Amino acid sequence: MKELSISHLLGIKDLTKSDIDLIFKTAESFKEVINRPIKKVPTLRDITIANLFFENSTRTKLSFELAEKRLSADVVNFTAGSSSLKKGETLVDTANNILSMKVDILVMRHPHSGAAKFLAEKTNTVIINAGDGTHEHPTQALLDCYSIKEKLGKVEGKKVVLIGDIKHSRVALSNIFALQKLGAKVMVCGPTTLIPKYIKDLGVEVSHDLEKALNWCDVANVLRIQLERQDIQYFPSIREYTQMYQVNKEILQNIKKSITILHPGPINRGVEITSEIADSDNSIILNQVENGVAVRMAIIYLLAGSINRS
Amino acid sequence: MISTEILNSLQVSLTINRLCSQLIENHHDFSESVLIGLQPNGIFLSNRLKNCLENSIHNKVLTGSLDITFFRDDFGRKEKPLIPSVTNIDFSIENKRVILIDDVFFTGRTVRSALDAVMTFGRPQSVEFLTLIERRFVQNLPIRADYIGKSIDTIKEEKVTVLWKEEHGKDQILLYSPI
Repeated sequence: MKELSISHLLGIKDLTKSDIDLIFKTAESFKEVINRPIKKVPTLRDITIANLFFENSTRTKLSFELAEKRLSADVVNFTAGSSSLKKGETLVDTANNILSMKVDILVMRHPHSGAAKFLAEKTNTVIINAGDGTHEHPTQALLDCYSIKEKLGKVEGKKVVLIGDIKHSRVALSNIFALQKLGAKVMVCGPTTLIPKYIKDLGVEVSHDLEKALNWCDVANVLRIQLERQDIQYFPSIREYTQMYQVNKEILQNIKKSITILHPGPINRGVEITSEIADSDNSIILNQVENGVAVRMAIIYLLAGSINRS
Repeated sequence: MISTEILNSLQVSLTINRLCSQLIENHHDFSESVLIGLQPNGIFLSNRLKNCLENSIHNKVLTGSLDITFFRDDFGRKEKPLIPSVTNIDFSIENKRVILIDDVFFTGRTVRSALDAVMTFGRPQSVEFLTLIERRFVQNLPIRADYIGKSIDTIKEEKVTVLWKEEHGKDQILLYSPI
């Protein structure tokens, strides 16, 4: 367990369990580093990283940028809105132009599934997927699992339910792969229209009853309704969704056990989760954000090790 | 490789006791001084010194462990990325007299990294360096040790291995030389 089996982070599907264990072990060290009075290490001072965000992001972009800066890498940021993409430039041309400026790692978020893999095949650099369409969001899944491990001691044997818009969620797919690789049992819960038809083939359980799902689980990862990706109306109204699938105090009071609550953000307070629950002691939402920086530092550190300096 | 014993178990113990006495001469009751062992192998020595010091001065000696992986100057120059060990400094080093501890002093690059790493925890009043074995004439950097268990003359191709009772069942220091 000394190095990653991958040279890009495109999705959790490509990782082995020992890759994930190595990332977590390294992240533990970085978590200690980011709690020091001086939160920076000089490790990547000869590395340049470009963050290409073809889609909006607050948390992930900020988290990646902080992780890179705390590793002392040089960072350049690129957002699609103000770029030459508007002038008709292709993704590969944009990436290659950035790489000509001697950039070593590309962190990319893109609205199209498979964009990260495409770029990894077409360019000669290290690619980290920060979310591609409805496909994968590997760093989010890793930080979710890391946070569960930190809170509960281990992920193996835990029952985790993913609640909400599974169909449009790259967080859900990455979480399913990561949790299963670490030995957790996974259930998805949401309205029939928001659960992909063949999701059971991935070995997950499916429930459309929130109370039953919560009774079954140790951990609930509450997902946002991705209205921006929904091409048709998948449920009658937000109000109806809220009545059926909102995680709130009333429903948790009926459950006879304590459940750890995660949310990848951004939270729509009062829709998928109430403020009371999001801010409760069982919620580890802010721990997820802190762990996100440490986990991303670990991933960048481990992938940067393979970059040839000569 | 042929191996030669540099110090046996008794000699290791005597050397640690002598280093302890030297530390007490300079740091008295350790109220303003702390020990920081460098991961991984400096930890065994720092724990031995802590026990020895506490038995002599009847005062608690603050002791931490420091991993220098992220401060090394050879990142990306090795085939595989280096995997860090645990850093545990659960006290403030601000204005303290810090003693960095490692088992073998070779090129000086580890100590250079440790100086950078320890400064991320605050601004110590002073930093000293203690080593059990100093390999003379092979340093790459202008760094010296303040407390030395034993100095030996070696060439770069030789290797010094320190075995600790806690890990290998006995204390012994060996020099491996190419045939």
